[in-house]
Formats: sequence, C-alpha cells, structure tokens
Amino acid sequence: MTLPTTQAADSHVPDKYSNPAPPRPSLARTAWASLPQALTKLDPRHLVRQPVVFVVWIGSVLTTILSIIHPTAFSISVTLWLWATTIFANLAEAVAEGRGKAQAATLRQTRVDTVARRLTDDDREEQVSGQDLRVGDRVVVEAGQIIPGDGDVIDGVATVDESAITGESAPVIRESGGDRCAVTGGTTVLSDRIVVRITSKPGETFIDRMIALVEGAARQKTPNEIALSILLVVLTLIFVLAVMALQPMAIYSGQRLELVVLVALLVCLIPTTIGALLSAIGIAGMDRLVQRNVLAMSGRAVEAAGDVSTLLLDKTGTITYGNRRAADVLPVSAATRAELLHAAYLSSLADETPEGRSIVDYALAEGLSGDLASAPDLVRDGAEFVPFTAQTRMSGVDLADGSRVRKGAGSAVAAWVHAEGGHMAHDIDDKVAQISRAGGTPLVVAAQEPGMPPRQLGVIFLKDVVKPGMRERFDQLRALGIRTVMITGDNPLTAAAIAEEAGVDDFLAEATPEDKMRLIKAEQAGGRLVAMAGDGTNDAPALAQADVGVAMNTGTSAAKEAGNMVDLDSDPTKLIDIVGIGKQLLITRGALTTFSIANDIAKYFAIIPAMFVTVFPGLAALNIMRLHSPSSAMLSAVIFNALIIVALIPLSLKGVAYRPLAASALLRRNLLVYGVGGLIAPFIGIKLIDLVVSLIPGLA
Amino acid sequence: MHPVLQTVLGLGLIGVILLVVCRPLGTWLYRVFTDDKHWRVERLIYRTAGVNPDSEQRWTRYAVSVVAFGVASVAFLWLLILVQGWLPWSLGRSQNWHTALNTAISFTTNTNWQSYAGEVGAGHTVQMVGLTVQNFVSAATGIAVAIALVRGLARATAQAIGNFWVDLTRASLRVLLPIAVVGGILLMLGGVIQNLASPTVITTLTGGEQTIQGGPVASQEVIKLLGTNGGGFFNANSAHPFENPTAWTNLLEILLVLIIPFALTRTYGLMIGDRRQGRLVAIVMGTLFAGAALLTAWAETAAATLQTGSMEGKEQRFGIAWSVLFGTATTGTSTGAVNSMHESYSPLGGGLLMLNMMLGEVSPGGVGTGLYGILVMAIITVFLSGLMVGRTPELLGKTIGRREITYAALASIVMPALVLTFTAISLVLPTARDALLASGPHGLSEMLYAFTSASNNNGSAFAGLSADQPWLNLTLGLCMFVARFAIITFTLALAGSLAEQHRRPATAGTMPTHTPLFGVLLIGIIIVLAGLTFFPALALGPIAEALS
Repeated sequence: MTLPTTQAADSHVPDKYSNPAPPRPSLARTAWASLPQALTKLDPRHLVRQPVVFVVWIGSVLTTILSIIHPTAFSISVTLWLWATTIFANLAEAVAEGRGKAQAATLRQTRVDTVARRLTDDDREEQVSGQDLRVGDRVVVEAGQIIPGDGDVIDGVATVDESAITGESAPVIRESGGDRCAVTGGTTVLSDRIVVRITSKPGETFIDRMIALVEGAARQKTPNEIALSILLVVLTLIFVLAVMALQPMAIYSGQRLELVVLVALLVCLIPTTIGALLSAIGIAGMDRLVQRNVLAMSGRAVEAAGDVSTLLLDKTGTITYGNRRAADVLPVSAATRAELLHAAYLSSLADETPEGRSIVDYALAEGLSGDLASAPDLVRDGAEFVPFTAQTRMSGVDLADGSRVRKGAGSAVAAWVHAEGGHMAHDIDDKVAQISRAGGTPLVVAAQEPGMPPRQLGVIFLKDVVKPGMRERFDQLRALGIRTVMITGDNPLTAAAIAEEAGVDDFLAEATPEDKMRLIKAEQAGGRLVAMAGDGTNDAPALAQADVGVAMNTGTSAAKEAGNMVDLDSDPTKLIDIVGIGKQLLITRGALTTFSIANDIAKYFAIIPAMFVTVFPGLAALNIMRLHSPSSAMLSAVIFNALIIVALIPLSLKGVAYRPLAASALLRRNLLVYGVGGLIAPFIGIKLIDLVVSLIPGLA
Repeated sequence: MHPVLQTVLGLGLIGVILLVVCRPLGTWLYRVFTDDKHWRVERLIYRTAGVNPDSEQRWTRYAVSVVAFGVASVAFLWLLILVQGWLPWSLGRSQNWHTALNTAISFTTNTNWQSYAGEVGAGHTVQMVGLTVQNFVSAATGIAVAIALVRGLARATAQAIGNFWVDLTRASLRVLLPIAVVGGILLMLGGVIQNLASPTVITTLTGGEQTIQGGPVASQEVIKLLGTNGGGFFNANSAHPFENPTAWTNLLEILLVLIIPFALTRTYGLMIGDRRQGRLVAIVMGTLFAGAALLTAWAETAAATLQTGSMEGKEQRFGIAWSVLFGTATTGTSTGAVNSMHESYSPLGGGLLMLNMMLGEVSPGGVGTGLYGILVMAIITVFLSGLMVGRTPELLGKTIGRREITYAALASIVMPALVLTFTAISLVLPTARDALLASGPHGLSEMLYAFTSASNNNGSAFAGLSADQPWLNLTLGLCMFVARFAIITFTLALAGSLAEQHRRPATAGTMPTHTPLFGVLLIGIIIVLAGLTFFPALALGPIAEALS
C-alpha cells in the first residue's frame, strides 16, 4: 500500500466550519431536562459556594416557616416566588452543565475497555486489559484496532481515525519521531502497525480529562470570577446591613415591618441575577470553546485569552499556506514568457511536491498551450525524469528527442549550464535578487536543445501565499489593542516581505525555540499577556511560558502537556477566535453585573414606598410606577427578580453579542444596553407584573 | 439676586480661584513628596524620633506606623484633656472621661466632632498644644496615605510605598504650616481674633451681661479649615463672628477647605505621569460639589415661603448662597465646620448635606482622604465597567484582581456598615433616643446625621442631638476610630498590592480612565452605591419629612 506523504497530512488544515457540532436540543428542552438536577442543587452544602444564592435560600426557608405560622396570600406568594428564585438560580448552572453532559456521554463511549497487546521486555506480545497499562508500557496496535491509551508512536507509521475526539472524519497520519507522534487513547488505527509507548495512566488520559472538562466537574473558579464573587459578597453584605438596619428605623418611625417584607426586600436588592448566572457564564465560556473544538485545560486560560495583548503566530500554516506556490515567472535575456512557462511545466511534470504541482498549475492557468503531454505519455515516448537530489539540487526531464530541461537553485543551474558549455544570461542575477527581496524563493529554469549549449530561460517566483483575509483579521486585532508577531525560520528579508504582505505588526525571523522563549519573556516582563500556538516538542517550553498556549492536537504529547489549551482541529488561526471567546466571557460577566445592580434602583422605587406609605402617606409620591397596592408592589418586585434570571439564562449561555471594537466603543455600547437597559427594564417589567398580580384576590 | 443664581456665580468665583491656586500648589505637593533631600529641621526631627528617613516601608510597616501614631495621639490627647485643670491658661475648663475620649479620637482622626462646647470644654493650652497640633498632623496623615496610594499606582514591581514619618513631616512642615501662616494672617486681617485673653464680662447698653470670649482663634481657625478638620474654637463654629466675621473671610474659609483636596488631584496626575487622569478626578469631584451646592440652594429657596428663601439658622451676613456653599464645602470635605445650622435647613437641603458625607467624602473629600476615597471608588468603577470591554479590569495598567477588589470593597463597606448599624441601634435604645431634640423623621435625621458625620470623619453636627452622654460619646468615638484606621489600613493594603504589580501597557483594548465617559460612570457609581445603601434610611428621614 502507499502511504500518503507527510506533506499531505500537513496540508490537512480543516476549515473550522466544516465540522459543525451535532445539532443541540433546544434550550427549553435542556432546561426542562435539567430541572431535577436544579432541584438536587438546593442542598445548602452545594449552595454555600454561591453566597448570593445561599442568602436567597435562607430567605426562602425563613419565609416558608413564617407563612406556615401565619399564612396569608401575600406571604405564601412571596415564599413560592423566593423558592422559584432559588430554583431558577440553580437551573442556570444545571442547564450549562447539561449541555456538556451530552458531549461527555459521546466521549465516554470511546472509553470502552480495550484489550492491549503489550510488549514484554524481550519483545513478546501479551494480552492485557487497557485498564492495566502503566506509563512506559509499549503496546502494538494494528489496522482496525483501538489505541488503548495515550502515548507516543515509537515505531511505524499509520493512519488514525480520530473522529471520536475531533469529530473530523478525515484520517490523520501518526508516525514515530518528529512532531506527529502523539496518539490518543480511544482512537482507531485504520492502516498499518505502530508501536506506542504509553504516556498516561488509565483514568488520567486525554479523553478522561476532556470528559471532566466538558461536564464541568473539574471546574474551578477563575481569578476574575473569584474577584467578582468577592464584590458580590460585599454588596450582599451591605444590603443585609441596610435591610437589618431598616427594622429599628421602622420601629422608631412607628411601623414594625413584617419579616416576610424584609426578606422580600433583601432578596430583591442583593445581586441575585449575576449571582445566579455567574457559574453558568463560566461553564458556557468553556463550552463555547468546546464547540469550536478547542479544549481549555482551565477556565483561567480562557480568561487570560481575553487579556492577551501579544499574539505569536507561526508563519507557516497559520499566516501562509504551508507551501510555497508559483506566483510568477520572469524570463531572462532573449527567452519568451511562453518558452519559459513551457520549460517550467515540463520540468515539474513529475515533481510531486506541492511546489512542483503549483508550477504546473500556474503554467496551465497562465494559458500555456500546445504540446501538453502528461508525464506517463512522455515516459512511454522514452523521456526520462531527473528527480531532485540533495547533491544536484535540481530536477528536470531528458526528453526522447535529446532536449533537456532543468530547474533548481540558481547556483546549481548555473553550474550545470556552465559545465555543458552554455553562457550565463546577463540579467539572471538581477531577477534572482529581485525575487529574494520580495520574500520569494527563486527557481532558475534552463533548457538545452539537442546539440546546442544550454541557456537559462528565466526564473520561477515561488512565493509563500498569505491566506486570504489575514490582513483584515490583523487589522481587527489591532483595533482590539492586540499586537501580532509572526514567527518564521525564514531570513529577515523574506520574513519582512511576508510580514508586510500579511499586515502583522512585527516578525521574528530565523527564529529558534530559544528566540521564541526570549520574546515571550520580554513581552511578559513588559506586562503583556502572550498567546501562541505550537505543536512540536521544541515548542513545549514556550507553550508552557505563554499565558495562553494552544497546542495542536496533531502535535507531540509534550506540546499538549505544556499548553493550556488543545485545538482538536489543529488550526493555529483559531487563536484569534479564542481571544474573542475570552473577551466575550468577561463582557458577559460585566454586562450582567451592571444589569443586576442597575435593576435595584427600580426595585427601591417599588418597595420602599410600599413599605412605609401607611406611616408616611407622602412617600406615595415615590411610587412612580403607580403600582396597585403595597402587597402587589412588593410581590411584583420579587416576581420580576425571579423571572429576570430565567430570561437571562439564554444570554448567559450564548454570551453577549461581541464585536471586535476598541475598548471605549465597546464600553459605550454595553453601558447603553446593559446599564441604561438595566435601569429601565425593571420599571416596565414590574409595572406589567403588577397589572397581573393585582388581579389576585387577597393582595389588593 | 436669586440665591440659586448667586450660588452659580459663587461656584464660578470659587472655581476660577481654585484653578489659579491649585496648579502651583499641586506641583508643589508633587515636589514635596518626590524630593530626595531633607530640610535641616526635618533631619533634626527624624534624628530625635529615631527614624531613618531614607528607608522606605512596605505597606504593612506603613500601616502600622499610621495606626501606632494614631493610637499614641489619642492617648496623649485624652490625657492632656483630663489633666488640663493643672495646666496654665486652662480657664478652669474641663471634660469628663468619655467626652475627653471622644474629643481625643475626634481630633486625631481628623473628624473634629465636638461633644463639648469650645467655650467650656477646652482651655487655651488644650486648644493649642492638643487640638491644633492634631489639626496639623491628622491632616498630614491623610495626605500621607493618599500619596502612598498614588505611589502604589505609580510604581511597578515595588515593595515599598514610601516612609510614613517622612510623608507626615513633610506634609506638616512644607505644606500645611506655610499655608496656615499666610492664611492665618489673612484671617486676622479679615477680623478674626488672635489673643490669649480670658473671657471679658461686660454690661451692655441695655443693662444685660455679655461674655466676650478671647483666644488664639485665627491660628486654629486656619488649620481647622485648611486641614479639613472643622473643630471650632467656639461652639457656634464658623457662624461665630470671631471665627468668621465677614463675607470675605467666609469665602477665604471655603477656599482654604477646598485648595488641598483639589490640588492633590494635580499631584496625583504628576506622580503617575498622566495629568489627564488627575484632571478627570478633579472634574468628577467638582461636578459632585457643584451639583450638591446647586441642589441644596434650590431646596433652600424652594422650601421657603419667603421671597428671600429660608433664612432660619443662617447668618444674615452670609445669606443662603454663601451658607449653602460653605455647608456643601464642609460636608463634602470632611471638614465639619458650619457657618449655619444644618438642622434648620429644609428637609431636602439637610438631606443633601448628609448625602455629601454619605458619598464617602469624595466631593472633593478631606485632605488626602478625598483623593484616596475617590481612587478606591475608581477601582470599583473600573472593575464593574472594565469587564464590559472584555479584559480583566485595570486602572493605570494595574490589574484589579482578587486582592485589589477585596481591599477596595472592604474600604468602601466600613463607613456604611458603621452608619447603619449604630444609627439603627441608637434609634431603639432609650438612652440614645432621649438625646434627640426632634421626633419623627427629623429626629431620625438627627441620629443618622451624627453617625454619618462620625463614620466619615467629617465632624459636622446637625445640631439638635445632645451628644454629650456616654453611649453617644463612645459609639461615635468608635465609629470615628474604626472608620479612620480601618479604611486607611485597607487603602494602604491596596497600595501595597498595586505597587507589587507589573504595569500593563495601555492599548486600544484598554478602557481609558481619563475620558468623559469614565467620569460619568464614576459619578454614577458613587451616587448609585451610596443611594442603594442609604435610600431606605433617607426615605424615613429627610425624604419622608420633605414629602409630608
């Protein structure tokens, strides 16, 4: 059988949209299915972790007792709605987790117990259960078998179906040595035989971690989430104090307040909306990454992505298509363009490298016509192809009529022409230099008619082709305040030309892994957060050092271990999306916090006049919503407070609309929508609810 | 002229003078706190005190120094007042132990709440050696803490935030003393008295007896205002003709109150190397100040039945506008001086003066305290709104993370917690309730005002509350002490953790904090947070009274 070349695997850069996630059940259905889960979360031991919701829970318990002792239509309604608030708060988290669960279930199916063929020290095979494998064991896997655990290929090369984890049906190449040696347990070998050294214990494999991540089981609060939680706790504390201080003041003023009323006021004031949705926002952020086939090993990394101010991008495969392509041909001395195109075409016919194919494609696209025989035709007619070797640094063809064509590095072709008695074209050096300056690779073409000395026909301009749309994306990033640095092994001249063409802010040419590391450290010392993508073992230290290190799934185990995210599609351009998702996560949090606090103003206008209008009739002037009665006003505020949580669950899961804009523009926009919106919405909402509530007998 | 229009013109006049004065003063303050050299007299002080002026302190050491200095000052002042009977020029004046303790805490914490009446509680020695000295050093302490916080923002990857003893000494000697000398002379020229005379009893033309007080008034008056202290030589404070005889001294006193708080915003801008930031803070402070003054002036005219507005409790020589401007300046700066009786303001007017304090003393706030107060609010604002631009919130390149938001939130919760807790308890405690002059909403306002004033280290009195009794003396004393030193400690902790950080460079993705948008946001957050905390209490006090 023939193995696809490594080049073929290299060019396997799936489009991120070609692999849509399976359609998800509707949100309402997930919510319904998550309801039992939400109810089990009413356990106070769980709720303590969400202090705001915990306060609501205490309030619900308190009003329950009070309304048992002294049942009134008002106290029972408030109690029911307080419990609803608590359940809705848990529902948000349950729904977010529920979405991950479906994904985890699919992954679990791949974790069936496999039988591993372990190699003993004397290279005999023995059958053991996949669960009994230890780190360092060597196992043999052949076509049709499932790889029993995570590891590195140490012998052989095989095609592997990784669709179980990536959802990508096209098989990938895994081979020993190099940067494509990592295999994942649970994936299937499609062809050939490989020997794998196991690198992780059963139960700690990549798939196990993925399951834990998508289920949210391993979720820890991220730094910013903790900071926000602290602020919410302090706000809650202030409101607890304000409400507690209200009773003595009320008594002084001549009206002892019912405890139910105080609890209702407290629950309305504390930031329940954001308190309830906070963890759902975090889980949903991770989930959005999973939808893009990126696994974040920690929520911290997702948050850091929003803060990134320097993006390191490898040139090859990220900014440019991995391969150089023919972009132009420049004839020299008396040669014509058609002549040069034809020679270039002939010399590349048997050249299976992407560069070679691109020359054929280019020649045809440029309207080459006439005698266009295919390679097999030429061979049948007696032509002989000269393959590229490291010694000659040329390839070409000797035709049956004795004429010969060669293409290759300028010096090699020059040497051949000279040896065969030909003369140098006077302008060849100019053309070669011109192409080098433009960041291209020059390939000189020479031809020899039978019995004549050979002559140089011209130069093929091989060029790194920048992917379309890159400049626009970099412009967007610049608007966000993110600097892009292109990393390349090219010489500075070539690098500068490509950097210019792609529109990156800076480049690092002739980069070694050490250079990369130095650059990251320098950026970090300047207070900038750095994101990068990488796949090779020599990328591992840099991946570990970067604040956001995205390892390609095709990469080595070392790289995957070092990074804090893994891109299952192995698409480095996804870094840009990851930054967007990180920002969206933070914006969602901020927007809902602002909304939550802005809501309180309307609630005060509903509740405070209702509380004291009997002792201070003048306070009725503050009842600007003209609510029906004190009881209906308070109940409406409580109901609004509960319903707004449900109403905002979809937003917290989807994330607020995010557009890459500069900070001040984003702030203005979000402040208008969530700040001013949060101020106005409850006035309308509470009024509408009051219109309905006032119909309930016993509240009028 | 209509009082509101008069207030507008007054604001304009004050604004113009501040613009002229605060620029050089702010620059001077900047030089003072970034100077490498020590004055000879300063070196003498450091040598005597055993301080190495060239070793800087971490925030913990700095905080310990501030608190230790505060506690020592309280102890000294308490003792001094208790033993004043044996001291010269004491005129036989005395205070009981709890009043003395309240006074000692009050002057040390820059509150200057006075449970005693100046004429009967403090002789000339206590006034000069005790109270006036504290008027200087408590103000200098506030400036020092503000400078330490600004250093925290200005420095990167640093451990130290300055040396408290150096900051204290320089603020006293290089800033407060020279201005006080000039200001004192100006006040004397304006007619404020300065002598060591005992009270003179005279018989008036109608045959009645009148006691004419004497004393070193001008020297204490100037620092009372300049250091945003507010403790009057006389019980009537700046309403007394010997403290504040004319409209001109009234203007001078308002300016003395405002110059350092506003000048410090320039110092802030210079120290962090971005004057726009300082300018924005000044504009925010000024907007809050002007807004409050205009609303109060409106309340005082709208509430009055007379064409001239409500003159009850106000001095004829100041009128409504200049009473309101003085009241707004002193309640907005933790000064606590009064030139009119706030109790007699219309319900809304009195409520607005109370709200100035409830904002946390940031319009423009006391010397130093105003700046660090508003920077703490800026940090909370940045945190809330900064998330909305999709980055971890940052102020001047410093990330507002878990530690920073904790300290900022704690610093801002201390005052409301004290006010609400002690107002509530005192309203139901019979001993404290009996101290109220009024009943109903106005009585609630009296109590609320007292604890708001103490917990903001303002010292302004609403009048009407007979505060000289053990419960109120002790709880108000507790509020003053905790509010002052807890907030300072959290602020310094904040400074320390900011100083340790790297500075993240500003990019297009950074939320700018010098723009009008941020200014509006900062004002919004300051008002909303205070409003949410105090709305129920205000509804039962001033608002209920106004709407009845």
